[in-house]
Parts: sequence; structure tokens; C-alpha cells
Amino acid sequence: MSRLSTVYGVVALSLALLFSSSQTIAQDSTAAAGSPATAAVPAAGGGDAEKGKAIFANNCAQCHAVTDEVVVGPGLKGVKERAPGGDWLHKWIRNSSSLIASGDAYANQVYNKFGKVQMSSFPNLSDGDIDGILAYIDEASAPKVAAVVATGDQGTAAVAQGGAVASGPSELFTFVLVGLLVVMLLVLGVLLVIVTILSKAVTPVGVAGDGTQSAAPFSQRLKEGLSSTFNNSTLRSVVIWLFLLVATKESIDGLFSIGIQQGYAPKQPIAYSHKLHAGQYKIDCNYCHIGVNKGKSATIPAANICMNCHGVIKKESPEIQKIYAAIEQNRPIEWIRVHNLPDLAYFNHAQHVNVGNVQCTTCHGEIEKMEVVEQRSSLTMGWCIDCHRKTEVNTKDNAYYDKLVALHRKESKEPLKVANIGGLECSKCHY
Amino acid sequence: MENTSKRYWKGVEELRNDATFIKNANSEFANPDETSLDSDSLLGGSNTQRRDFLKAMGFGMAAVTLAACETPVHKAIPYLNKPEFTIPSISDYYASTYVNNGDFASILVETREGRPIKIEGNPLSTISKGGTTAQVQASLLSLYDIDKLKGPQRGNASIGWDVADREIINALNTVAARGGAVRIVTSTIISPTTKAVVADFIAKYPTAQHVMYDANSAFGMMQANQTSFGKAAIPSYAFDKAETIVSIGADFLGTWVAPIAYMRAYAEGRKIGAVGGGKKSMSRHYQFETGLSMTGANADYRSPIKPSQEGVLAVALYNKVAQKLGGTTLGSVTIDVPHLDKAATDLARTRGRSLVVAGSNDPDVQVVINALNSMLGSYGSTIDLNIPVYTRQGNDLQMNGFINDAKAGRVGAVLFFGANPVYDHPRGAELAEVLAKMPLSLSFSDRADETASLCKYITPVPHFLESWGDAEPQAGQLTLIQPAISYIFKTRQFESSLLTWAGKPSDYQVYLKNHWSTTYYPQSTGFDSFDSFWVKCLYDGLFVPQNGQTVAGATTFAGNAAQAATGIAQRFKPGTGMEMSLYEKVSIGTGSMANNPWLQEMPDPVTKACWDNYAALSQKTANYIGVTQNDLVTVKANGKSIELPVMIQPGQADNTVSVAIGYGREKAGKAAAGVGKNVYPFAGILNGYVLFTAGSVTVEKAGGNHEVAQTQTHDTVMGRRAVVQEGRLVDYVKNPTAGRYFPKVVTPEGPVDPANITLWHGYGKPNHSWGMVIDLNSCIGCNACVVGCQAENNVQVVGREEVLMRREMHWIRIDRYYSSDAEAEDFSGLEIASANPEVVFQPMLCQHCSNAPCETVCPVLATTHSTEGLNQMTYNRCIGTRYCANNCPYKVRRFNWFKYFDNDNFDYHFNNDLGKMVINPDVTVRSRGVIEKCSFCVQRIQEGKLTAKKERRRPLPDEIQSACAQACPTNAIIFGDMNNPESTISKVLETEMTERAFHVLEEINVRPQISYLTKIRNKDEMPKQEARQESQV
Repeated sequence: MSRLSTVYGVVALSLALLFSSSQTIAQDSTAAAGSPATAAVPAAGGGDAEKGKAIFANNCAQCHAVTDEVVVGPGLKGVKERAPGGDWLHKWIRNSSSLIASGDAYANQVYNKFGKVQMSSFPNLSDGDIDGILAYIDEASAPKVAAVVATGDQGTAAVAQGGAVASGPSELFTFVLVGLLVVMLLVLGVLLVIVTILSKAVTPVGVAGDGTQSAAPFSQRLKEGLSSTFNNSTLRSVVIWLFLLVATKESIDGLFSIGIQQGYAPKQPIAYSHKLHAGQYKIDCNYCHIGVNKGKSATIPAANICMNCHGVIKKESPEIQKIYAAIEQNRPIEWIRVHNLPDLAYFNHAQHVNVGNVQCTTCHGEIEKMEVVEQRSSLTMGWCIDCHRKTEVNTKDNAYYDKLVALHRKESKEPLKVANIGGLECSKCHY
Repeated sequence: MENTSKRYWKGVEELRNDATFIKNANSEFANPDETSLDSDSLLGGSNTQRRDFLKAMGFGMAAVTLAACETPVHKAIPYLNKPEFTIPSISDYYASTYVNNGDFASILVETREGRPIKIEGNPLSTISKGGTTAQVQASLLSLYDIDKLKGPQRGNASIGWDVADREIINALNTVAARGGAVRIVTSTIISPTTKAVVADFIAKYPTAQHVMYDANSAFGMMQANQTSFGKAAIPSYAFDKAETIVSIGADFLGTWVAPIAYMRAYAEGRKIGAVGGGKKSMSRHYQFETGLSMTGANADYRSPIKPSQEGVLAVALYNKVAQKLGGTTLGSVTIDVPHLDKAATDLARTRGRSLVVAGSNDPDVQVVINALNSMLGSYGSTIDLNIPVYTRQGNDLQMNGFINDAKAGRVGAVLFFGANPVYDHPRGAELAEVLAKMPLSLSFSDRADETASLCKYITPVPHFLESWGDAEPQAGQLTLIQPAISYIFKTRQFESSLLTWAGKPSDYQVYLKNHWSTTYYPQSTGFDSFDSFWVKCLYDGLFVPQNGQTVAGATTFAGNAAQAATGIAQRFKPGTGMEMSLYEKVSIGTGSMANNPWLQEMPDPVTKACWDNYAALSQKTANYIGVTQNDLVTVKANGKSIELPVMIQPGQADNTVSVAIGYGREKAGKAAAGVGKNVYPFAGILNGYVLFTAGSVTVEKAGGNHEVAQTQTHDTVMGRRAVVQEGRLVDYVKNPTAGRYFPKVVTPEGPVDPANITLWHGYGKPNHSWGMVIDLNSCIGCNACVVGCQAENNVQVVGREEVLMRREMHWIRIDRYYSSDAEAEDFSGLEIASANPEVVFQPMLCQHCSNAPCETVCPVLATTHSTEGLNQMTYNRCIGTRYCANNCPYKVRRFNWFKYFDNDNFDYHFNNDLGKMVINPDVTVRSRGVIEKCSFCVQRIQEGKLTAKKERRRPLPDEIQSACAQACPTNAIIFGDMNNPESTISKVLETEMTERAFHVLEEINVRPQISYLTKIRNKDEMPKQEARQESQV
């Protein structure tokens, strides 16, 4: 009896530990599977188009696609061919409003066709810059061998991601199975104990030599059986140990979760839906979060960015009316911060997104499927460090890293990870 | 370990080995005593009950648990309408101009989301050349001063601008109708457009007159130039071209006329070796002065004189030079001052390349100086009267006349702008009595200061960072002031107010543009419209007209030096009585920025004292009076009396007492309240000229004492002597390693270089190796780096009480060492030397050791090493054991004893929301209980690297600068990547590594990333010690 309960206890305990540790393993494996998706996509071409690509990504991609798809402004495939000749495109890009004001027919036609949305002026772009952009558009919109390579690479990334996705349900299935098994074993154990006690109570234990049954009533015998079970020192110690272990583990886990807001999804003052904007309409993140390639903060868009579209679209919606009210009252909209890093940690979006080519979804999750934004990652230091250990540095076409890559190649055959160039040093994030 | 040739000491107490000094030296951290600010009665003290402890623990646990459960809601508030080129978290820089009374600097203002967070020098300026001073750096904090007025006031009552305008215009009209005099009293105005506005105002009210005066006046010099050359102006000086510089009481590096222009030029003349373009010669500097000033501390030869001797000394110097050059002498005065003959010989030898300046406001002294400079051919070479400097234009005679008029009831209305004469004029008390009787008295002060609080109206002006304006610091140099933030309070610019009251359109920005369009645009070339000219000028912050340099003409001396000399001789009464000298401090200046905690806490370059002024006495004089350091003395002169603590100051002339002006502000605000005493009333007035000297002074022991907070002996390096290394130019020319000390460690294999013995493997620095070179020859001790660092790194102000407990937080300090040639054991020799010692300034900050002693003792790995050569400090990991500070050989680590920024006991602008706007958002504000120290401005390194990465390139040489290096007006601090062969630091070290460059405490082989270049003095005589040794041989 006592041996049996010890066995139950050990089984239950080991299963509990297995259950919790498998959770961490699972987390690691998703992170590992996710990382290839962030690997750099090799870019095609060089020279002007290369420069143009960067300029395009930073300035144009918010409103324009290189295909013929309309984002906010027209798709730019074949723009060189359809625009009037001469330096019309240069003029238009530098200052479209003055061109429209000058009464240029084609300019007015484009302006009217796309909902009279003013295109930003780029007076700082040189002729070379604009030629670069146009060259890039030509290159990117035309099917090319290099593009195939790029797609191929993306393909592998997609496969890797797909693998992670596929493993999702199976892991869940394992959890459920294991969980059920544990519950069943526990129930079995308890049932066995009850059955033993009851059977003892029903069946008289000792039959007296003279054949007369000892007169202890059923209740008495039940009581004895129960007390003998509870007084069993092995069982008691096992239960106490089990309780202590579980309690300790729970409290340690509890303490570790202090200050972690994973899953935090506060109600925002305006029911803005990323699912609609980023998911359904596929508006580039850059379009609203203008700081993401430039500065520390990705920035929450100012109301004037909303007005680029909502100046004409869905003006009557009560949620959009809130933006109008804010502008009229000259009171900025007070959004609730979802991702709160402590003041002592320095994080810079430009470093990760622009330089490191980390995708938004790597940290923020599938934002394009979120109706209300939620903090998907734990944002703990362990989480940061883990990624810095595993992520390869995006050294491609960045002269900053040339010397470091050369040095690293001499010493190691492994790819250059963030950790290899000081990515784990304290003063990279704490100062 | 072998000592260097000289004995250095940080203060008299160290030389004497005072008991307190030894006690402090042995324990780095002062124990909080019972009376300290925050001694927790529950836990502190010896009678703590066990139950109290448990209660506190229990409460603490509960509180921590509860606090941890709560998820605070943070708001993210974006712009409503984002300005086109502003990106949150990226700094914008606006070119502007620092103007405070007459002081000037061309600056760049770093703003973050519309709030200025740092001031840098504008490298385009040909005057300040990218340099700043401590006051320029600190002026930022005054922007966020909550003690300022929130809007216009009538008496103590707040009123609206419309009401104020109506009443003031009425009052002005009433005065004007009666023909009553209107006086606009200001400090020096260097803005041509403001002067045009004043002229417009005067056109509307013809009885108005503009009176300018300076708290620290240079009117005597202007007057002397009027009589000598027919130009009432201050010339520009080329300290870089002078081979011999003689200064009689002029603190030209610190406070005299336009120090920001002189600092850089002076340092140019003193730079040698790799930093000086390979040159092996430097200027020689003689200083004759009463108290030991920062300028005097930099001199090669310095002689203490009494204030009354300034005039006769000038005449004697003139005579000696005249004898050598064959000129006529001026009367016969005999004065025995050391180095006078030598100075005369050098001046005569370097004729045409020499420069004599004097700080006296007595026109007679200045006439003699003019004659001397004229005889030496300095005009046209080192002095240019054709490019006048406008930073001091005050007219003492007019101001004196104004006070006489006011007393006689002849002034109907007075408007004070940038002027606080009740406080900073010797006759302030007389003015205070009559102000209330005037029909209209008004101040434009930003706070209810000593003058403004007596006025009927206060119409506060905004800070210069909120204002439009321009400045003309010297002929042919125009700079613009543009706002870097919108108005914080309901203030209005002086010019707008005057224009409103003159019945003109009040928009000063429009007025300024119009004035530039009609006056300066025609002088420009290469612009197709005024708008493009205006935008370019705003972008650059300055405009130099093509014909800006006035037509050069020969400057011939036409004054009467003999008459001046006679006047001086008549007034000179040789005697042994006590004399008093008032001086301006590098930190507080004339007192206009007294409510600035950064300036109050900045240690004086020489005395290292902060938060006080004091009576500086020589040791001999103090002995004679029977007082010692911190004893209170009563200083009496001109029927006035004041109690001040004693400061024993080596280098102070015997029988003199020096006291700083700018203290004792009663109505400047919380930070300035109760700090020091006002000594302006002690200034004398001679024929209408304000003189900062007083004769027939008595100094008596008053009983009691007041401890002056001095940082000089904090952070002592525990008897290790080879900290400063210095040589003489004569030796340097022969051997560039002159003055260097090469330590050796004795091993069984014989003496070896300490660098060859190490326990550690060292760190690879594959990417960058950030380092610093500090040229001790260029460092003049001005403390601009200290305040620059404070602004950049959110370094907290701790206040006088805490400084007394050696708890100041500055990440960089300027160690000031006195030294003498006497042997360390030669006590009488040391005593003699301590009367007038040599001085060395050495900036000391975290040395970022590659074998850092702090890192090995941290129990929690809060301080670690990076692969870029940085010694990193992680605040959130620190548990405050302070082992690292204890083990730091340079004593550069600071401990946060309190949560200074949220503690009402530290009311230094940081514990209110307005003051917190000055905080640099890229640097953590450290909490209580952690160690902090210089980070080599890692936030700037990270930002610079990111900029380079974003542009897919390596950082350019010298692209990344630490705050101290950027603030330095003399380029004494060179910061850069030692792995980049193109950077200045690599180029300097390439030659200097084997010549002047040394690491402090090389013998302990901690391998710092900072190298110092030896201090070289242009002295040619043998030091006594060697002379003595040679005579023994």
C-alpha cells in the first residue's frame, strides 16, 4: 500500500516537472525556428538602384508599391513609361503641389485620380537620388534572376516558419495528452486508495479463532482504515514534500513573472484595428510608425498621419470622429503604452529594424492579426539576450561590419552572431 | 616607489597633515552622522529596537509586494500635428547665441521633442570657435528655473499683459507730458537690433535716455582708449600671437571682458608638440595680481601684489621697458616685486610680439598700459583697436549720474533690463531708497530680484533660449538668437514690450528680420533673396559681412602717460595696512545666474570651494590676525562691515583680503538663498569709476566659524605621488620626455617596466578602442567640462551640506595641485614655497582601465569591461557595496546617497516637473544606493555608431565626441577611437606616446585608456632643488 502511494507520488512529481520543463523547451524551439525567417534577404543589383532601394524604403514605400498595386498612391510599375517625359518625374517628386498648382495637366489628373491626397515633398533628394529610385523601381518591378534567388531564400524562410507553425498543434496535442495522462493517473491513485480503505472497512480484517467476527462496526473500521492511511509516515512525507516542491516552484515562477506584462492588451482610447489596417489593407508599418528606421522610438503616429487617409475615408465613423475632436480641441490622443521597457534599459528601433533587418513580427508577434494590440513577447532581459546569442549580424552591404566580419572569419567558422560583436555587454543597453 | 622631482599637495591641510585631512583620506565615505538630512530614526542610530527592525522589515516586504503587484499604466502621447522634420527621439540642433548681460558665446542648442537639453559651442564662430564656458553650459538649467515669474506683476499681484500695457503706457505718457526723465537702465547690450528698438522707444518718449553699466566694469579702459587713441572702445586682443604676455590683475582667462575668445587663443600659444602642430615654442606668461586667480594659476611667473600697487607696477614696468628700448621714463617710482625685471626684459626682447593687459578700472592705469603697449609695438600685431569688442560697454559715469538724478528726484520713470543695480552696484542701497518714490519704476527681470521687487511693475522677459535676437560681440561679427522652445511662462521679450509701449507693431521677430533685411542683407553676396540669406544666417547662427573688418588704420598713442603716471603716484600711499580686492568668480560671475545649482556646486578652479564666498587670506596674514581656515572674520571698510569665513589661500598677497562678488543674493530664488555674502557695497568709486578695491580695511576675528565646502582634498590618491608630470620648456626642447617619470618594478630578474608584469590577459578591442588624451598645457582649469558633463549625464546636485561630507557627484573633476621645488622633507622650504606655489590643473575622470581594479572586486558583476575599451557601469545591477569605489586608484566613482531627484531636501531644480525637463532622455537617472561614474558618454558612442551603421559606413574620425571634449574651450581634451589611424587622438599619440604622453599611476599597471600630456612651463631658471644639488657636487 505504502509502496504503491510512493510510486504514485514519484510518477506524479516527475510528470509535473516534465510538463513544466517541456514548456521551456517548446519556447526555445519556437524561437530557434523563428530565427531563420529573420535572415537577410539578398538584394539584387548594385550602384544607383541599390541607393535608390534604401531611399525608396525610407521615403516612398509607405504609399507606393513597386508593382502596379495601389497602396495609398499609385503602384509604380512602369511609372517612367507612363509619366510625361523630360524631368517631370523629378519635379513631381521634389514638390508635387507646386507642379499641380502650375496647372500641369498630367499632374492634376494624377492628383484627382488618387483622391486628392497630397504627396509629401522631397526637396532634399538629388537628381542622382531620384534616378536611383527610378532605377530601383525598374529593377524591382521587372522579373529578374536575382529576384528569383531572393524568392528562393524567402521560400526557405517560409518553410522554416511553416515548420514552426506545423509543430504548434502537435505540441499542443502532446500537452493535452500528457496532461490527461497525469490527471488519469492521479485519479487512479486516489481511487485505489479509496478502494483499499473501503474494502478493508467492508471486509472484517481479523476473523477470531472461534469463528465469531469481531464486532467492530463498519464505521469504526472505516475510521481505522482512514487513520492508518493518514498516519502512514511515508505517505505523509510524500504529500508534504510534494506540496512544498510545488509551492516553491509556483512561488519562484510567480516572482519571476513580476513586472512582466506578456499578454497585456489594454483598451485604447480609439478602437484602432491593426488587423484591418495592417492585415486587410496591408499598409506598411513604416507608413505610420515613421521613426522605426530612424530613431529609438518607432513612434505612435501623429493625428496628421491619420488624416492623410481619413481626411477622405470613413469620416463619419465615431472612432474617427475622435481624431477630429482631438484636432479641433488641440488635445493630443493619449494612447496606453503596451510595450513598457524599464527606464534602465535602452532599446533602439533603428538599430534593430534598419541596421539589423529584424522584422516587426519577430518581437511584436502577428500584429496584422490583432484587433487590439497585445504584448506578445516577455520583454525580459533573458529574452533579449537569447535573441542576441542566436541572431546573426546583418552585415551585408554594411561597411561598418566589414572589418569585424574579416576578423571573425579568421577566428571562427561559425556565422557572426550579435553576441560576437559585444551584443551581450552591459553598456550596449544599460547607460 | 621613486618620487618625481617635485612635491605636490592639494591644499594647505594636506601640506600640514591636518588631523581631519588624514581622517578623511583614510575613509573614502563619510559616515552619515546623526544630524544628517535623512537619518532614518527607525533604523539609524545605535538604539534600534529589534522589534522596530522587524516592523520596518515587515512593512517593507508588504510594501514591496504590493508595489510589485500593481501594473502602472503608462501613456504614449504622440504629436497632434508632427512638425515635418522632427522625429521623436532624434535630436535637433538650432544655432543660437548665448547672451547674459555682456557675455557672449555662439552656440548650438540640442533639443529633443521641443525642449532644449544641452548647449554646445558653434564651431563656425570665429570668436568662440566651438568652445563654451561653465556659465554657457549651465545657462540651460536657468531655462527650467521654477522660481521665475509666471507673468507680469504689479507689486506682488499678477496682472494680465493687456492691463500692464495700459497702465504702463498711461504712466509713461504722464511722465512724458510733464517732461520728466525716463531712464532705461541696462547692462551691456550687444544686440544692434535691440539698440534700434531702444532708439525707437526714445523717439516716442524723447525724455528717455539709455544708461548702460556693467557690474564688473571695463569703463576705465574705454575711457583710456578715448584719451589715448580717440576711440572709446575695447580693442580685440590676439593672445595667440603674443610671445610675452604680462597681465596686471586681469583674469583674462576667467572673467575679464571676453574670456571665451581669449581662452582658445591663449591655449593656441601654449600648445606644443603634436597638439601644437609640432612647434616647440610657447608664450611666456607673467601675472601680477592680489588673489590667486585662474589666470594667475596658469602663469609661468606669478607675483602677488597689493591692489594699490597695480598702478605703480604698471608705471615701473613702463619705465623698465623704456630704459631697455631707449624711451623716456615716467617719473620715478620704486617698487620691489619679484619677476618685474624679468618681465620687462622679455617684453623688450619680444617687441612687436608682446602684450600687456591690466584689469584695473582706473583710466590712469589703463593709459600707462596703452603707452606701454604702444611703445612695444603691440598695436597692429597683438592688439587691434580697429576691431573693437562690444562685450563691455557700461558707462560708470552715466550710471553714477543716474543714481544722483534719482536721489535728487529728477527721474520720472525707470526701466531696468538685465540690470539689478540694487544688488550689484556699490550705490545700490541709495537707489533702493528712492525707487519707491519714482512715479514709474519697472523691471524686465525674470524674477522678483533685489531691484525688481522694489519696482512697481515687473514685466518678465523670457530666457534667451525662448527668444529672438541678435548680437554683435565684436565689430564685423553678427550672430542670431532663435528660440529653441516656445514660451514656458507668460513672458514677453524686452523688445516687444518697448515696441508695444512705443505704439509700434510688437512682433520682434518681424522687426528683427526687417532690420537685418535693411542693414545686413545689402552687405551680403551670393544670395538671390533675403529669405535665402535669412535662412542661411539662422542655420549658421552667424553672419560675417564681407566688409565687416573695419578699415585698418595705424593706432598712434596720443595720450598723456606722464600725467596719468603722476595721478597714479599721487594716489599711491605705500603702507602696510590691510587692503581688500573684490573679484569675480569663474562660476557665479557677477551673480546674475546665482540661482543656478550647477554653477553653485561647481568648485572654484583655484580654491575648489563651492556654495560660498569667503575672505581669502595668506597664511602669514591669517597667523597675524590669529585666525585659521573657516574661522569667521569681520571685514570692515568704507564704514561697512561683513562677516565671512576665512580661506587660507596660497599665493594671496600678504596683508590683503580677496572676496568674490556675485554671492549673497537674497531674492534670486531657492538655490541662491543664504549662499555667501554680498560685497558689492565694498567697491570704491573713484571720480565716478567703480573700483573693485578698497584700502584701509580691517579684518578681525569675529568668533565662531562657518565651514566652507571645498572639494580639494576629497578623493585623495593616498600618497601616490606620480600623478602629475611636468617639465620646463628649456629641457623639453632638448629632450621631449622632459619631466616624464618612468616607473620600474624590481623583480628577481632586475627592474622591469610595470606593463610587463600582469596577472590579467587583457581584453581584445577588435572594433573600437575609445580613448582620451588630455593636454595639461592646454587645460586652464575653467570647469566647462565639469558642467558640460553634468548637463549631458544628468549628474545630480547635492548641495553644500553633502559636499562637506565629500558626497559631490561630478563625474569629472579638475584636480588642482600646488607644488614647489622644495624637498618633501624640507619643511621650511615648503612653507616658503606655499606662500606662492606653482599650480597644475589636471582633469580627473574614470580612466577606463584595461586592467580595472574596480571590476575584480564587484560581487555582483555590476561593473564590467567592454570590447571597446569601456569600463561599464550597470546601475540596475549595483547593490551599493562600494567596493569598487574603494578599490579605484583614481577615486572617480560616486555613490548616490539619496534619491536626489525626488527628495525635497535637494531642491536644486530636479525635484519639480519643470526642472526635470533638462534631463537627457538617453541617460538613466540614477536612483539611491548605486555607484555611478564617467561612462565616456557611451550614449553618444552608441548614437554615433548607429548613425554610421544606418548610413552603411564606419564612423568618421572624430565624429563621436564626449561631452567634456566638446565643451572644452581650449581643446585640451581629445576624445576618439584609438583604432582609427585617421582620428586626431591616434595622430597625437603616434608621436607623443614616446614623448609627453603618460598614464597617471603608471606603476600600478592598470592600463588606462586616458593619456595625459606633460605640463610644460616656460621657465628658464633652474629650480632651487637642482641648483642646490649642483652646488653640492
